[in-house]
Amino acid sequence: MSNEALTAETISITGHDGHEIEAYLARPLGTDSFGSVVVIHHMPGYDPPSKEITRTFAANGYAALMPNLHHRDAPGASPDDAAAAVRAKGGVPDERFLGDVSGAADYLRALDGSNGKVGVIGYCSGGRQSFLAACSLQLDAAVDCYGAFVVSTPTAELPLKVGPIAHLAGNLSCPLLGLFGAEDKYPAPDEVEELAKILTEAGKEHEFHVYDGAGHAFFSVNRPAYRAEAANDGWQRIFDFYGRYLAG
Amino acid sequence: MCTYLTEKIEVAGSGKGAAGWFTVTDATVYFDHPQHAPAEHTLNIDFLNPAGGPSARVAVELTAESARALAKAIEATLDSAPSGLI
Repeated sequence: MSNEALTAETISITGHDGHEIEAYLARPLGTDSFGSVVVIHHMPGYDPPSKEITRTFAANGYAALMPNLHHRDAPGASPDDAAAAVRAKGGVPDERFLGDVSGAADYLRALDGSNGKVGVIGYCSGGRQSFLAACSLQLDAAVDCYGAFVVSTPTAELPLKVGPIAHLAGNLSCPLLGLFGAEDKYPAPDEVEELAKILTEAGKEHEFHVYDGAGHAFFSVNRPAYRAEAANDGWQRIFDFYGRYLAG
Repeated sequence: MCTYLTEKIEVAGSGKGAAGWFTVTDATVYFDHPQHAPAEHTLNIDFLNPAGGPSARVAVELTAESARALAKAIEATLDSAPSGLI
């Protein structure tokens, strides 16, 4: 039985193009072998609630590493200032994101005690990025929490410089768990249905749950969007899913 | 939802941020998730000086209703300013 001991700290990892970026590492102590998770923070940034999520994985027996995807745009700035700067630029470029997550996955695999398995989870904009990572990198399990613009394209008036990525579904390297809110508009339930259909047609293992009474960001405990029932069930499904594909 | 709806304008003036007063050159206005306000979506305004880095920012997050009231108040105040001052 785990003693639930863990350690958490800010470290530096090698990201896209060999650049050093800030990252938050949490890992269990007293465990001989563990799986790992790359945590992709939401659009509001590398903030304390996202660090809490990262520690939650360590408390449940996984090493977890959250790269600060906004580090290059605003080194040393507070998470909200950094997020505002990135938002004004149209978001994090996909290529740079993939390089940073690849570096994070390499770091986790090299940890003493790693079982070599690495999953990914992302929230909000990170949900789309989680899908992108799972279609672009060799991973063992992926979780998409309400990621928009996987199937649809941002409308012309939006400054977001990302495009749909559902066409990459055939490259999905691992099982995908999707957690969505029925009242969300980005992604709307019909977009979630469309993605499920695309994955089924591509023969890719996936498991989607759409929660009634929940909208976008229902895992965010510090925001009015928080929905306890959906979040509690979601956490259970995440650990069940990772237990099957990453644990031990 | 993340709306990403954003208006960007150039402005001239000053703002007081975490490190004191600084020259404001730009403003962004957007309706999206707030960082702090207790609402799912707010009208957010960032007063910025990009040359001073991301921390040169004064941010406000207002409910839609109060943002409209603010806009009206600004217009009314400017309309009622003594002639010759503007």
